[in-house]
Amino acid sequence: MARAITTQKKVMWTTLAWCFGLLMFFPILWTFLTSFKTEATAIADPPVWFLFDWTTQNYADVQDRSNYPKALMNSIIIAVGSTFLGILIAVPAAWAMAFVPGKRTKDVLLWMLSTKMLPAVGVLYPIVLLAKWLGVMDSRILLVVVLMLINLPIIVWMLYTYFREIPGEILEAARMDGAGLRSEILYVLTPMAVPGIASTILLNIILAWNEAFWTILLTTVDAAPLTKFIASFSAPEGLFYAKLSAASMLAIAPILIMGWFSQKQLVRGLTFGAVK
Amino acid sequence: MATAHSKSAARLMIAPAVFVLLVWMLIPLCMTLYFSFADYRPMRGVFETWIGFENFIRFLTSSSFLSSLVTTLQMVGGILVITIAGGVLMALLLDQPMFGQGIVRILVIAPFFVMPTVSALVWKNMFFNVDNGLFSYLFQGLGFPPYDFLSQSPLLSIIVIVAWQWLPFATLILLTAVQSLDSEQLEAAEMDGAPALARFRFIILPHLSRAITVVILIQTIFLLSIFAEIFVTTNGAFGTRTLTYLVYQRVLESQNIGLGSAGGIVAVILANVIAIFLMRIVGKNLDN
Amino acid sequence: MGQINLNQVTKSFGDVQVIPPLDLQINEGEFVVFVGPSGCGKSTLLRLIAGLEDTTSGHINIDGKDATTLPPSKRGLAMVFQSYALYPHMSVRKNIAFPMRMAGLDEATQKAKIEAAAKALNLTDYLDRKPGQLSGGQRQRVAIGRAIVREPAAFLFDEPLSNLDAALRVGMRLEIMELHKKLETTMIYVTHDQVEAMTMADKIVVLQAGVIEQVGSPLELYHAPRNKFVAGFIGSPRMNLIEGPEAQKHGAATIGIRPEHLGVSKTAGLWQGKVGVAEHLGSDTFIHVHQTGLADMMTVRITGDIEARHGDTIYLTPDMDQLHRFDAAGLRIE
Repeated sequence: MARAITTQKKVMWTTLAWCFGLLMFFPILWTFLTSFKTEATAIADPPVWFLFDWTTQNYADVQDRSNYPKALMNSIIIAVGSTFLGILIAVPAAWAMAFVPGKRTKDVLLWMLSTKMLPAVGVLYPIVLLAKWLGVMDSRILLVVVLMLINLPIIVWMLYTYFREIPGEILEAARMDGAGLRSEILYVLTPMAVPGIASTILLNIILAWNEAFWTILLTTVDAAPLTKFIASFSAPEGLFYAKLSAASMLAIAPILIMGWFSQKQLVRGLTFGAVK
Repeated sequence: MATAHSKSAARLMIAPAVFVLLVWMLIPLCMTLYFSFADYRPMRGVFETWIGFENFIRFLTSSSFLSSLVTTLQMVGGILVITIAGGVLMALLLDQPMFGQGIVRILVIAPFFVMPTVSALVWKNMFFNVDNGLFSYLFQGLGFPPYDFLSQSPLLSIIVIVAWQWLPFATLILLTAVQSLDSEQLEAAEMDGAPALARFRFIILPHLSRAITVVILIQTIFLLSIFAEIFVTTNGAFGTRTLTYLVYQRVLESQNIGLGSAGGIVAVILANVIAIFLMRIVGKNLDN
Repeated sequence: MGQINLNQVTKSFGDVQVIPPLDLQINEGEFVVFVGPSGCGKSTLLRLIAGLEDTTSGHINIDGKDATTLPPSKRGLAMVFQSYALYPHMSVRKNIAFPMRMAGLDEATQKAKIEAAAKALNLTDYLDRKPGQLSGGQRQRVAIGRAIVREPAAFLFDEPLSNLDAALRVGMRLEIMELHKKLETTMIYVTHDQVEAMTMADKIVVLQAGVIEQVGSPLELYHAPRNKFVAGFIGSPRMNLIEGPEAQKHGAATIGIRPEHLGVSKTAGLWQGKVGVAEHLGSDTFIHVHQTGLADMMTVRITGDIEARHGDTIYLTPDMDQLHRFDAAGLRIE
């Protein structure tokens, strides 16, 4: 844009945008503030904004609740585990579809996408039944597998769109230079694909972390991740705003940070390349 | 560049992904299909393998199905209207020259990364609560009587919660689309004498139409299976029982597997109708 | 080393045969150029030789050994791609070292060869840069360097200059020719630009629709094009092709006369026409002549500058020794 932008206009847009931005962010901000209040201040009338005695007691209390560290551990294992398992299966598939496209590649990709659109309730009971039958109900391994499966189409798609951006001529050059399939993947493809794979991992950890259908319905105690842990606060004993806020902040903070890093990939990953 | 050698290697590499997804999709879906034709109520020890279409007839003619369908449509429609309209405006706003654009962007996007159970609980307790919620203070301050959102207008409350989560998604995608608009097009329109509103109507909106379609379709797919937000706030009471939630209740709460499975199949069919449209757009995009 | 034979080679993509049975012999040390309009199959032919595409039938022999089913890495050839295809994550040094690393050469030999290649290609100062930091010409040289260190039986070039600007293109053309003189290795070079073909080649292979129209030295092709297609394709500006009664006078279905073989006069001559556009290059003048009654437009090339205004009447006289005659099938009549 080669046009001079008046400061006045810029200030106007800035003000407007910041108002909207803060409005959107307010619930998170309010949760953040509340998490540092005492329970009494948290429900004070009128509400207290910044001028209160900041306390980290709530965070300590939440940590002490016997099941919080376990839920956190479960969340980490399930999110990271399902993502890496998915990557392991998806990288070869996406590589093959991007670089050795066949007549049916498009159909396979679209079919994979269609499995993502299958409503979870349509298969809820069979999954519960199978899990009980295999004796894996309320286990981490069950959630790792299930979340891997529901996110696998997204992983394949994201990797596919990244791989397709690597020019085929470079891989051909490697072949001409005497590289076999193994060297081609190891020395040429992988280094070029690492940024794409990293973004895919990031986005999928976020999606798996926040998944709140299977994680709630397939767990009771042992494998319950943070989604389930937080849901337990809806019971009457959970009506402690400050503690609820502290637990919430602990549950969302890591993902919020990861999410900010992956804004760009979010668009690509969730629109299946339809919007770039 | 495809040679016979690489082709067979490729098939081998795709196989695991196809296999696990095929198993994941086919086995449970076939089981659901099987149960949907059975009278299966494990709590009462009833299991009759074939009762024909009785479950489907019972499910489709029940008043709870019709009301759940209406609820689903209202919920999804309401959220779509808010997120699309808000998303377009927000995207245009974020595209303007300003100070601290990056930070504003982060603020706007943040809600998308909040765990559904967290956002539901935060809104439920800290905003909608009739005694201690922020909205109650706001209403008091403005001189209105206190209002119990979740029991007096529960559907709207859930729409607000979910719209807050998905508005960032719409904004982000539409912003990407807005930024891909060639600024020379807008300058040409300006030279042709089009005022700002006409430029929006005739240049920007058509440019965004594809992105808007994508947002609508993808959100619909995700919104049809909203669960945690209802589970945590109303547990399906007060007319917030969507189709997804109804099936969940039939299957896991009242343990009427046959009836629930029939409902599950209905949900699958409805989702597929929307999925077909989305796949067409995505498929077209693959070709170029 | 560097003799390549193609024996009844064909290539089909699905049901479409892009290369019908084709024979070609490329001798040791030759500079062979594949030239033809886009879509003529010249790149496909190169990729068949490289092994990047499977042949549908037929055999490819490299130095007497059947290489038809060998993977590209085992054929001992090196290729320079149109997009250069440099590895973006590796420095120039690592890019050049890559083929040697794949061949398992020891570090010292690698280092020596890299230094030598870099010196020959003026890349010594850029060895530690990434390809993204180089200009188009430098990237091109890195691609060539990567090919040289492989000491291949033959170099394959796939339109290597088409991404460069005009001035650089001429310079690189000379560098590649000098490289060929120095290495005396077989080179196969694909281009759609007939000027590149004429200036660089020992042997030109003109292709159209997967079929070899003519194989020969540049001057053979210029002086004795085997058919109308080659006649029209080789030479710039294009040969004037005339059909009808004028051709029949010479016992041919079509006669061809190159623009440089037409004499011009303002007063008298064999053919008469009106000046359309005159292009003044200083050294030459191209005059496009209309309303001759022979062809839609005739092009004349005159050495030096000549005044010609739009609409002027002009007379053309062909040099009869340089007249090409073609029969109804488009083949040359001797």
